[in-house]
Amino acid sequence: MSDRSLTVLRAGALTTVQDLGRAGYAHLGVPRSGALDPPAHRLANRLVGNPPHAATLETTLTGCALRPHGPVTAAVTGAPCPVAVDGRPAPWGTAFRVPAGAVLDIGRATAGVRAYLAIGGGIAVGAVLGSRSADLLSGLGPPPLTDGAVLPLGPGGPPPAPADAVPQPGPPAELALRLRPGPRDDWFAPNALATLARGRYRVSPESNRVGLRTQGPALKRARHDELPSEGLVLGAVQVPPNGLPLVFLADHPTTGGYPVIGVVPASDLPAAAQAPPGTPLRFVPLGRRCRAR
Amino acid sequence: MRILPAGEHALLVELPTGEAARALHAELLRRRAANELPGTGEIVPAARTVLIDDVRDPAALARRLATWEVPPVPASTGRDVTLRVRYDGPDLADVAALWGVGPEDVAEIHAAGVYRVAFCGFAPGFGYLTGLPERYAVPRRATPRTRVPPGSVALADAWTGVYPGASPGGWQLIGTTDAVLWDTGREPAALLAPGTRVRFVPETPA
Repeated sequence: MSDRSLTVLRAGALTTVQDLGRAGYAHLGVPRSGALDPPAHRLANRLVGNPPHAATLETTLTGCALRPHGPVTAAVTGAPCPVAVDGRPAPWGTAFRVPAGAVLDIGRATAGVRAYLAIGGGIAVGAVLGSRSADLLSGLGPPPLTDGAVLPLGPGGPPPAPADAVPQPGPPAELALRLRPGPRDDWFAPNALATLARGRYRVSPESNRVGLRTQGPALKRARHDELPSEGLVLGAVQVPPNGLPLVFLADHPTTGGYPVIGVVPASDLPAAAQAPPGTPLRFVPLGRRCRAR
Repeated sequence: MRILPAGEHALLVELPTGEAARALHAELLRRRAANELPGTGEIVPAARTVLIDDVRDPAALARRLATWEVPPVPASTGRDVTLRVRYDGPDLADVAALWGVGPEDVAEIHAAGVYRVAFCGFAPGFGYLTGLPERYAVPRRATPRTRVPPGSVALADAWTGVYPGASPGGWQLIGTTDAVLWDTGREPAALLAPGTRVRFVPETPA
Protein backbone atom coordinates (compact mmCIF):
# COMPACT_ATOMS: atom_id res chain seq x y z
CA MET A 1 0.00 0.00 0.00
CA SER A 2 1.52 3.26 -1.14
CA ASP A 3 2.53 5.95 1.28
CA ARG A 4 0.53 8.29 -0.94
CA SER A 5 -2.88 6.73 -0.34
CA LEU A 6 -5.58 6.64 2.27
CA THR A 7 -8.07 4.07 3.49
CA VAL A 8 -11.73 4.93 3.99
CA LEU A 9 -12.73 3.91 7.53
CA ARG A 10 -16.23 5.45 7.50
CA ALA A 11 -17.65 6.53 4.16
CA GLY A 12 -20.54 8.53 5.66
CA ALA A 13 -23.96 9.05 4.08
CA LEU A 14 -22.53 10.05 0.70
CA THR A 15 -18.93 11.04 0.12
CA THR A 16 -17.73 11.55 -3.45
CA VAL A 17 -14.57 12.64 -5.21
CA GLN A 18 -15.12 16.03 -6.88
CA ASP A 19 -13.18 18.57 -8.88
CA LEU A 20 -14.43 21.37 -11.14
CA GLY A 21 -16.27 18.93 -13.43
CA ARG A 22 -16.12 17.81 -17.06
CA ALA A 23 -17.13 20.65 -19.36
CA GLY A 24 -17.60 20.22 -23.08
CA TYR A 25 -19.54 16.95 -23.33
CA ALA A 26 -23.14 18.10 -22.77
CA HIS A 27 -23.95 17.36 -26.44
CA LEU A 28 -23.13 13.69 -25.75
CA GLY A 29 -25.44 13.56 -22.72
CA VAL A 30 -22.64 13.94 -20.16
CA PRO A 31 -23.43 16.20 -17.17
CA ARG A 32 -20.88 18.80 -16.08
CA SER A 33 -20.81 17.42 -12.50
CA GLY A 34 -18.13 18.83 -10.15
CA ALA A 35 -18.24 20.17 -6.58
CA LEU A 36 -21.70 21.47 -5.63
CA ASP A 37 -20.09 24.27 -3.60
CA PRO A 38 -17.19 25.36 -5.83
CA PRO A 39 -16.00 28.23 -3.58
CA ALA A 40 -15.61 25.81 -0.64
CA HIS A 41 -13.83 23.30 -2.90
CA ARG A 42 -11.42 25.98 -4.18
CA LEU A 43 -10.75 27.28 -0.68
CA ALA A 44 -9.93 23.81 0.68
CA ASN A 45 -7.46 23.31 -2.17
CA ARG A 46 -5.92 26.73 -1.63
CA LEU A 47 -5.39 26.03 2.09
CA VAL A 48 -3.35 22.90 1.38
CA GLY A 49 -1.46 24.41 -1.57
CA ASN A 50 -3.30 22.53 -4.36
CA PRO A 51 -4.38 24.00 -7.71
CA PRO A 52 -8.16 24.71 -7.90
CA HIS A 53 -8.86 21.70 -10.13
CA ALA A 54 -7.31 19.16 -7.72
CA ALA A 55 -9.88 16.61 -6.54
CA THR A 56 -11.32 16.92 -3.03
CA LEU A 57 -13.80 14.81 -1.09
CA GLU A 58 -17.35 16.15 -0.84
CA THR A 59 -19.21 14.78 2.21
CA THR A 60 -22.95 14.89 2.86
CA LEU A 61 -24.27 15.71 6.36
CA THR A 62 -22.50 12.93 8.24
CA GLY A 63 -18.87 13.49 7.22
CA CYS A 64 -16.42 10.59 6.88
CA ALA A 65 -13.29 9.09 8.47
CA LEU A 66 -10.02 8.22 6.74
CA ARG A 67 -6.57 6.90 7.51
CA PRO A 68 -3.73 8.32 5.37
CA HIS A 69 -0.77 5.93 5.04
CA GLY A 70 1.79 8.71 4.94
CA PRO A 71 1.80 12.15 6.56
CA VAL A 72 -0.49 14.62 4.76
CA THR A 73 -1.63 18.22 4.91
CA ALA A 74 -5.43 18.50 5.09
CA ALA A 75 -8.10 21.21 5.24
CA VAL A 76 -11.88 21.05 5.72
CA THR A 77 -14.23 23.76 4.43
CA GLY A 78 -17.89 24.09 3.43
CA ALA A 79 -20.37 22.91 6.03
CA PRO A 80 -19.06 23.64 9.56
CA CYS A 81 -18.33 20.38 11.39
CA PRO A 82 -16.10 18.96 14.13
CA VAL A 83 -12.75 17.67 12.84
CA ALA A 84 -10.52 15.30 14.82
CA VAL A 85 -7.16 13.58 14.36
CA ASP A 86 -6.83 10.42 16.47
CA GLY A 87 -9.64 11.75 18.64
CA ARG A 88 -8.07 15.18 19.29
CA PRO A 89 -9.81 18.27 17.92
CA ALA A 90 -8.30 19.65 14.72
CA PRO A 91 -9.14 22.99 13.08
CA TRP A 92 -11.88 23.58 10.54
CA GLY A 93 -11.23 26.10 7.75
CA THR A 94 -7.45 26.04 8.00
CA ALA A 95 -4.70 23.59 7.05
CA PHE A 96 -3.33 21.04 9.51
CA ARG A 97 -0.99 18.03 9.42
CA VAL A 98 -2.15 14.45 9.82
CA PRO A 99 0.60 11.96 10.80
CA ALA A 100 0.97 8.68 8.91
CA GLY A 101 -1.58 6.14 10.12
CA ALA A 102 -3.65 8.58 12.17
CA VAL A 103 -7.45 8.63 11.92
CA LEU A 104 -8.83 11.81 10.36
CA ASP A 105 -12.50 12.13 11.31
CA ILE A 106 -14.85 14.68 9.80
CA GLY A 107 -17.94 14.77 11.98
CA ARG A 108 -21.58 15.48 11.34
CA ALA A 109 -22.24 18.96 9.92
CA THR A 110 -23.43 21.36 12.62
CA ALA A 111 -24.89 23.56 9.87
CA GLY A 112 -25.05 23.23 6.10
CA VAL A 113 -24.81 19.94 4.21
CA ARG A 114 -21.53 19.46 2.33
CA ALA A 115 -18.01 19.64 3.73
CA TYR A 116 -14.94 19.59 1.49
CA LEU A 117 -11.76 17.81 2.49
CA ALA A 118 -8.66 18.70 0.52
CA ILE A 119 -5.44 16.70 0.97
CA GLY A 120 -2.11 18.06 -0.25
CA GLY A 121 -1.49 16.51 -3.68
CA GLY A 122 -5.20 15.91 -4.29
CA ILE A 123 -7.20 12.69 -4.58
CA ALA A 124 -5.49 11.03 -7.54
CA VAL A 125 -8.10 8.61 -8.91
CA GLY A 126 -8.03 8.28 -12.70
CA ALA A 127 -9.69 11.05 -14.67
CA VAL A 128 -12.61 10.25 -16.98
CA LEU A 129 -13.08 12.72 -19.87
CA GLY A 130 -10.72 15.13 -18.15
CA SER A 131 -12.31 15.08 -14.69
CA ARG A 132 -12.12 13.03 -11.49
CA SER A 133 -15.66 14.00 -10.45
CA ALA A 134 -18.19 11.36 -9.50
CA ASP A 135 -21.28 11.99 -11.61
CA LEU A 136 -24.15 10.25 -9.86
CA LEU A 137 -26.64 10.69 -12.70
CA SER A 138 -24.72 8.79 -15.35
CA GLY A 139 -22.27 6.90 -13.17
CA LEU A 140 -19.12 8.43 -14.68
CA GLY A 141 -16.05 8.91 -12.53
CA PRO A 142 -15.15 7.13 -9.30
CA PRO A 143 -17.99 5.50 -7.34
CA PRO A 144 -19.06 7.08 -4.04
CA LEU A 145 -16.73 6.10 -1.18
CA THR A 146 -17.31 2.79 0.59
CA ASP A 147 -15.85 1.58 3.87
CA GLY A 148 -12.48 -0.06 3.26
CA ALA A 149 -11.84 1.60 -0.11
CA VAL A 150 -8.31 2.85 -0.76
CA LEU A 151 -7.80 6.14 -2.60
CA PRO A 152 -4.52 7.19 -4.22
CA LEU A 153 -3.11 10.64 -3.44
CA GLY A 154 -1.04 12.86 -5.72
CA PRO A 155 2.46 13.94 -4.74
CA GLY A 156 2.21 16.38 -1.87
CA GLY A 157 4.42 19.43 -1.73
CA PRO A 158 5.77 21.10 1.40
CA PRO A 159 3.06 22.35 3.77
CA PRO A 160 1.78 25.73 2.54
CA ALA A 161 2.41 28.88 4.48
CA PRO A 162 -0.29 29.08 7.14
CA ALA A 163 -3.24 31.26 6.18
CA ASP A 164 -4.84 33.69 8.57
CA ALA A 165 -8.60 33.56 8.94
CA VAL A 166 -10.26 33.16 5.55
CA PRO A 167 -13.82 34.34 4.95
CA GLN A 168 -16.40 31.62 4.41
CA PRO A 169 -20.11 32.33 4.19
CA GLY A 170 -22.16 30.48 6.77
CA PRO A 171 -24.91 28.17 5.59
CA PRO A 172 -28.12 30.10 5.01
CA ALA A 173 -30.91 30.19 7.61
CA GLU A 174 -33.16 31.04 4.70
CA LEU A 175 -32.28 30.36 1.09
CA ALA A 176 -33.00 33.14 -1.43
CA LEU A 177 -32.53 32.17 -5.06
CA ARG A 178 -32.68 34.81 -7.76
CA LEU A 179 -34.37 33.63 -10.94
CA ARG A 180 -34.19 34.92 -14.49
CA PRO A 181 -37.49 34.05 -16.24
CA GLY A 182 -37.33 31.87 -19.36
CA PRO A 183 -36.98 30.01 -21.58
CA ARG A 184 -40.47 28.52 -21.01
CA ASP A 185 -42.13 30.89 -18.53
CA ASP A 186 -44.84 31.41 -21.16
CA TRP A 187 -45.91 27.77 -20.68
CA PHE A 188 -47.23 28.65 -17.22
CA ALA A 189 -50.36 30.36 -15.95
CA PRO A 190 -49.96 34.18 -15.86
CA ASN A 191 -49.67 34.22 -12.05
CA ALA A 192 -47.03 31.45 -11.88
CA LEU A 193 -44.07 33.80 -11.40
CA ALA A 194 -46.01 35.64 -8.67
CA THR A 195 -46.78 32.30 -6.99
CA LEU A 196 -43.10 31.43 -7.18
CA ALA A 197 -42.09 34.81 -5.70
CA ARG A 198 -44.66 34.82 -2.88
CA GLY A 199 -44.90 31.10 -2.17
CA ARG A 200 -43.49 29.67 1.04
CA TYR A 201 -41.19 26.97 -0.24
CA ARG A 202 -38.92 24.64 1.67
CA VAL A 203 -35.98 22.50 0.59
CA SER A 204 -37.24 18.95 0.14
CA PRO A 205 -35.40 15.94 1.61
CA GLU A 206 -35.54 14.45 -1.90
CA SER A 207 -32.81 16.88 -2.97
CA ASN A 208 -29.52 15.45 -4.21
CA ARG A 209 -26.59 16.27 -6.48
CA VAL A 210 -28.91 16.24 -9.50
CA GLY A 211 -31.27 18.86 -8.18
CA LEU A 212 -32.69 20.79 -5.27
CA ARG A 213 -36.30 19.70 -4.96
CA THR A 214 -38.86 21.90 -3.25
CA GLN A 215 -42.03 21.65 -1.21
CA GLY A 216 -44.59 24.45 -1.53
CA PRO A 217 -47.36 25.72 -3.78
CA ALA A 218 -47.59 23.96 -7.15
CA LEU A 219 -47.19 26.09 -10.28
CA LYS A 220 -50.02 25.85 -12.78
CA ARG A 221 -49.39 25.38 -16.46
CA ALA A 222 -51.08 27.35 -19.25
CA ARG A 223 -50.01 24.84 -21.90
CA HIS A 224 -50.43 21.13 -21.42
CA ASP A 225 -48.93 19.78 -24.63
CA GLU A 226 -45.70 17.81 -24.63
CA LEU A 227 -42.52 19.83 -24.78
CA PRO A 228 -39.97 18.15 -27.06
CA SER A 229 -36.70 17.51 -25.18
CA GLU A 230 -34.41 20.53 -25.06
CA GLY A 231 -31.04 21.46 -23.59
CA LEU A 232 -30.82 22.31 -19.88
CA VAL A 233 -28.40 24.71 -18.21
CA LEU A 234 -27.02 24.59 -14.67
CA GLY A 235 -29.51 26.32 -12.37
CA ALA A 236 -32.50 25.67 -14.66
CA VAL A 237 -35.75 25.56 -12.65
CA GLN A 238 -37.74 22.78 -14.23
CA VAL A 239 -41.36 22.19 -13.33
CA PRO A 240 -42.44 18.54 -13.60
CA PRO A 241 -46.11 17.53 -13.72
CA ASN A 242 -46.48 17.81 -9.91
CA GLY A 243 -45.95 21.57 -10.31
CA LEU A 244 -43.10 21.76 -7.76
CA PRO A 245 -40.01 23.62 -8.98
CA LEU A 246 -36.75 21.66 -9.16
CA VAL A 247 -33.46 23.57 -9.36
CA PHE A 248 -30.88 21.65 -11.38
CA LEU A 249 -27.45 21.27 -9.75
CA ALA A 250 -24.13 19.89 -11.06
CA ASP A 251 -25.24 16.34 -11.96
CA HIS A 252 -28.30 17.51 -13.91
CA PRO A 253 -29.38 15.81 -17.16
CA THR A 254 -28.22 17.65 -20.27
CA THR A 255 -31.64 17.59 -21.94
CA GLY A 256 -35.14 17.36 -20.54
CA GLY A 257 -38.77 17.46 -21.58
CA TYR A 258 -40.46 19.51 -18.84
CA PRO A 259 -40.67 23.29 -19.17
CA VAL A 260 -38.08 25.49 -17.47
CA ILE A 261 -39.74 28.57 -15.93
CA GLY A 262 -36.45 30.32 -15.16
CA VAL A 263 -32.77 29.98 -14.38
CA VAL A 264 -31.01 30.60 -11.04
CA PRO A 265 -27.61 32.30 -11.52
CA ALA A 266 -24.67 30.00 -10.80
CA SER A 267 -23.46 32.35 -8.05
CA ASP A 268 -26.57 31.48 -5.96
CA LEU A 269 -26.10 27.71 -6.24
CA PRO A 270 -23.35 27.13 -3.62
CA ALA A 271 -25.83 28.32 -0.97
CA ALA A 272 -28.44 25.97 -2.44
CA ALA A 273 -25.97 23.09 -2.07
CA GLN A 274 -25.58 23.93 1.65
CA ALA A 275 -29.29 24.28 2.51
CA PRO A 276 -30.47 21.28 4.54
CA PRO A 277 -33.92 19.76 3.99
CA GLY A 278 -36.59 21.98 5.55
CA THR A 279 -34.71 25.26 4.95
CA PRO A 280 -37.19 28.03 4.03
CA LEU A 281 -36.71 28.97 0.38
CA ARG A 282 -37.64 32.14 -1.48
CA PHE A 283 -37.41 32.69 -5.23
CA VAL A 284 -36.65 36.24 -6.31
CA PRO A 285 -37.63 36.75 -9.98
CA LEU A 286 -35.39 39.29 -11.67
CA GLY A 287 -37.66 41.82 -13.36
CA ARG A 288 -39.93 41.18 -16.25
CA ARG A 289 -38.88 38.84 -18.89
CA CYS A 290 -37.45 40.47 -21.97
CA ARG A 291 -37.01 38.33 -24.99
CA ALA A 292 -33.84 38.73 -26.96
CA ARG A 293 -36.04 38.66 -30.00
CA MET B 1 -36.22 31.16 -35.39
CA ARG B 2 -37.09 32.22 -31.83
CA ILE B 3 -34.30 33.07 -29.44
CA LEU B 4 -35.26 32.41 -25.83
CA PRO B 5 -33.31 33.50 -22.74
CA ALA B 6 -31.86 30.65 -20.65
CA GLY B 7 -30.16 32.40 -17.74
CA GLU B 8 -27.25 34.81 -17.72
CA HIS B 9 -24.98 32.92 -20.07
CA ALA B 10 -27.08 30.89 -22.48
CA LEU B 11 -29.53 31.14 -25.36
CA LEU B 12 -32.09 28.57 -26.38
CA VAL B 13 -32.79 28.85 -30.08
CA GLU B 14 -36.12 27.35 -31.11
CA LEU B 15 -36.64 26.28 -34.71
CA PRO B 16 -39.86 25.44 -36.54
CA THR B 17 -38.79 21.86 -37.35
CA GLY B 18 -36.29 19.26 -36.23
CA GLU B 19 -34.63 19.52 -39.63
CA ALA B 20 -34.12 23.27 -39.13
CA ALA B 21 -32.64 22.61 -35.68
CA ARG B 22 -30.16 20.14 -37.20
CA ALA B 23 -29.28 22.68 -39.88
CA LEU B 24 -28.60 25.39 -37.30
CA HIS B 25 -26.54 22.95 -35.22
CA ALA B 26 -24.42 22.07 -38.28
CA GLU B 27 -23.98 25.77 -39.06
CA LEU B 28 -22.93 26.54 -35.46
CA LEU B 29 -20.34 23.75 -35.57
CA ARG B 30 -19.07 24.95 -38.95
CA ARG B 31 -18.68 28.50 -37.66
CA ARG B 32 -17.05 27.35 -34.43
CA ALA B 33 -14.54 25.24 -36.39
CA ALA B 34 -13.81 28.35 -38.52
CA ASN B 35 -13.16 30.38 -35.34
CA GLU B 36 -16.19 32.57 -36.03
CA LEU B 37 -17.85 31.87 -32.68
CA PRO B 38 -15.50 33.14 -30.00
CA GLY B 39 -16.81 33.25 -26.45
CA THR B 40 -19.19 30.31 -26.68
CA GLY B 41 -19.10 26.98 -24.84
CA GLU B 42 -21.40 23.98 -25.01
CA ILE B 43 -23.66 23.62 -28.08
CA VAL B 44 -26.47 21.19 -27.31
CA PRO B 45 -28.88 20.25 -30.09
CA ALA B 46 -32.26 18.73 -29.18
CA ALA B 47 -35.52 17.85 -30.88
CA ARG B 48 -36.50 21.40 -32.02
CA THR B 49 -33.91 23.57 -30.34
CA VAL B 50 -30.22 24.29 -30.04
CA LEU B 51 -28.88 25.43 -26.66
CA ILE B 52 -25.79 27.62 -26.76
CA ASP B 53 -24.30 27.69 -23.25
CA ASP B 54 -21.39 29.51 -21.57
CA VAL B 55 -21.80 32.51 -23.88
CA ARG B 56 -19.78 35.59 -22.98
CA ASP B 57 -22.26 38.07 -24.51
CA PRO B 58 -25.63 36.40 -25.14
CA ALA B 59 -27.33 39.61 -26.35
CA ALA B 60 -24.67 40.20 -28.99
CA LEU B 61 -24.84 36.58 -30.14
CA ALA B 62 -28.65 36.81 -30.32
CA ARG B 63 -28.38 39.85 -32.59
CA ARG B 64 -25.89 38.06 -34.86
CA LEU B 65 -27.91 34.83 -35.02
CA ALA B 66 -30.96 36.72 -36.25
CA THR B 67 -29.03 37.85 -39.32
CA TRP B 68 -27.71 34.42 -40.33
CA GLU B 69 -28.66 32.59 -43.49
CA VAL B 70 -28.63 28.94 -42.38
CA PRO B 71 -28.17 26.49 -45.26
CA PRO B 72 -30.02 23.15 -45.14
CA VAL B 73 -28.20 20.27 -43.40
CA PRO B 74 -25.32 19.44 -45.72
CA ALA B 75 -25.52 15.78 -46.76
CA SER B 76 -21.79 15.27 -46.49
CA THR B 77 -21.14 16.30 -42.88
CA GLY B 78 -20.91 13.93 -39.96
CA ARG B 79 -19.34 10.52 -39.57
CA ASP B 80 -20.84 7.35 -41.02
CA VAL B 81 -21.43 4.41 -38.72
CA THR B 82 -22.78 0.99 -39.66
CA LEU B 83 -24.37 -1.08 -36.91
CA ARG B 84 -24.91 -4.81 -37.39
CA VAL B 85 -28.14 -5.80 -35.68
CA ARG B 86 -29.75 -9.08 -34.69
CA TYR B 87 -33.45 -8.35 -34.94
CA ASP B 88 -34.35 -10.48 -31.93
CA GLY B 89 -35.81 -7.96 -29.47
CA PRO B 90 -38.57 -8.96 -27.04
CA ASP B 91 -40.93 -6.35 -28.52
CA LEU B 92 -40.46 -7.40 -32.14
CA ALA B 93 -43.91 -9.03 -32.37
CA ASP B 94 -45.62 -6.01 -30.74
CA VAL B 95 -43.90 -3.60 -33.14
CA ALA B 96 -44.81 -5.80 -36.12
CA ALA B 97 -48.44 -5.78 -34.97
CA LEU B 98 -48.40 -1.96 -34.60
CA TRP B 99 -46.96 -1.67 -38.10
CA GLY B 100 -49.41 -4.25 -39.49
CA VAL B 101 -46.66 -6.49 -40.85
CA GLY B 102 -45.13 -9.85 -39.98
CA PRO B 103 -42.29 -9.97 -37.41
CA GLU B 104 -39.88 -11.00 -40.18
CA ASP B 105 -40.60 -7.70 -42.00
CA VAL B 106 -39.50 -5.46 -39.12
CA ALA B 107 -35.79 -5.89 -39.86
CA GLU B 108 -36.25 -5.02 -43.51
CA ILE B 109 -38.33 -1.90 -42.78
CA HIS B 110 -36.04 -0.68 -40.01
CA ALA B 111 -32.80 -1.35 -41.89
CA ALA B 112 -34.08 0.45 -44.99
CA GLY B 113 -33.92 3.82 -43.23
CA VAL B 114 -31.04 6.29 -43.41
CA TYR B 115 -30.64 7.64 -39.91
CA ARG B 116 -28.98 10.66 -38.40
CA VAL B 117 -28.22 11.39 -34.73
CA ALA B 118 -30.35 14.44 -33.96
CA PHE B 119 -29.21 14.79 -30.35
CA CYS B 120 -28.01 12.88 -27.31
CA GLY B 121 -29.44 12.67 -23.82
CA PHE B 122 -30.89 10.26 -21.27
CA ALA B 123 -27.46 8.67 -20.74
CA PRO B 124 -23.96 9.41 -22.07
CA GLY B 125 -23.78 8.21 -25.65
CA PHE B 126 -27.52 7.61 -26.10
CA GLY B 127 -28.38 9.16 -29.46
CA TYR B 128 -31.87 10.05 -30.68
CA LEU B 129 -31.89 8.99 -34.33
CA THR B 130 -34.25 10.45 -36.92
CA GLY B 131 -35.00 8.74 -40.20
CA LEU B 132 -37.80 6.29 -39.44
CA PRO B 133 -40.81 7.35 -41.52
CA GLU B 134 -43.51 8.97 -39.37
CA ARG B 135 -46.01 6.23 -40.26
CA TYR B 136 -43.88 3.76 -38.27
CA ALA B 137 -44.03 5.80 -35.06
CA VAL B 138 -44.77 3.57 -32.04
CA PRO B 139 -45.77 4.40 -28.45
CA ARG B 140 -43.45 3.79 -25.51
CA ARG B 141 -44.19 0.65 -23.51
CA ALA B 142 -46.96 1.10 -20.94
CA THR B 143 -44.66 -0.32 -18.25
CA PRO B 144 -40.98 0.57 -18.63
CA ARG B 145 -38.48 -2.24 -18.11
CA THR B 146 -36.31 -1.95 -15.01
CA ARG B 147 -33.30 -3.19 -16.98
CA VAL B 148 -32.69 -2.92 -20.70
CA PRO B 149 -29.55 -4.80 -21.79
CA PRO B 150 -26.70 -2.79 -23.36
CA GLY B 151 -26.75 -2.72 -27.15
CA SER B 152 -30.55 -2.95 -27.35
CA VAL B 153 -31.87 -1.33 -30.53
CA ALA B 154 -35.11 0.39 -29.66
CA LEU B 155 -37.97 2.51 -30.98
CA ALA B 156 -40.16 5.21 -29.44
CA ASP B 157 -42.38 7.55 -31.43
CA ALA B 158 -40.46 7.91 -34.70
CA TRP B 159 -37.10 7.85 -32.89
CA THR B 160 -34.61 5.01 -32.96
CA GLY B 161 -31.97 4.61 -30.26
CA VAL B 162 -29.41 2.13 -28.99
CA TYR B 163 -28.92 1.73 -25.22
CA PRO B 164 -25.19 2.26 -24.48
CA GLY B 165 -25.29 0.54 -21.09
CA ALA B 166 -27.74 -1.37 -18.94
CA SER B 167 -30.45 1.00 -17.72
CA PRO B 168 -34.17 1.20 -17.11
CA GLY B 169 -36.07 2.08 -20.26
CA GLY B 170 -39.50 2.30 -21.83
CA TRP B 171 -38.66 2.05 -25.52
CA GLN B 172 -39.76 -0.93 -27.67
CA LEU B 173 -36.83 -3.31 -28.10
CA ILE B 174 -36.48 -4.77 -31.59
CA GLY B 175 -32.89 -5.98 -31.73
CA THR B 176 -29.36 -6.14 -30.39
CA THR B 177 -25.99 -4.91 -31.61
CA ASP B 178 -22.54 -5.88 -30.32
CA ALA B 179 -21.17 -2.41 -31.15
CA VAL B 180 -19.73 -0.49 -28.17
CA LEU B 181 -21.77 2.70 -28.07
CA TRP B 182 -19.89 4.41 -25.23
CA ASP B 183 -16.31 3.90 -24.04
CA THR B 184 -14.59 6.63 -22.06
CA GLY B 185 -11.24 4.99 -22.84
CA ARG B 186 -11.80 5.59 -26.56
CA GLU B 187 -11.59 8.76 -28.63
CA PRO B 188 -14.31 9.67 -29.33
CA ALA B 189 -16.08 8.10 -26.35
CA ALA B 190 -19.47 8.23 -28.07
CA LEU B 191 -19.93 6.17 -31.22
CA LEU B 192 -23.06 8.19 -31.99
CA ALA B 193 -22.55 11.96 -31.64
CA PRO B 194 -25.01 14.53 -33.01
CA GLY B 195 -24.72 14.63 -36.80
CA THR B 196 -23.49 11.03 -37.16
CA ARG B 197 -25.21 9.10 -39.98
CA VAL B 198 -26.18 5.57 -39.07
CA ARG B 199 -27.07 2.52 -41.15
CA PHE B 200 -28.47 -0.64 -39.60
CA VAL B 201 -27.53 -3.92 -41.29
CA PRO B 202 -29.43 -7.07 -40.33
CA GLU B 203 -27.14 -9.85 -39.16
CA THR B 204 -28.25 -13.15 -40.58
CA PRO B 205 -28.51 -15.87 -37.93
CA ALA B 206 -25.59 -18.30 -38.13
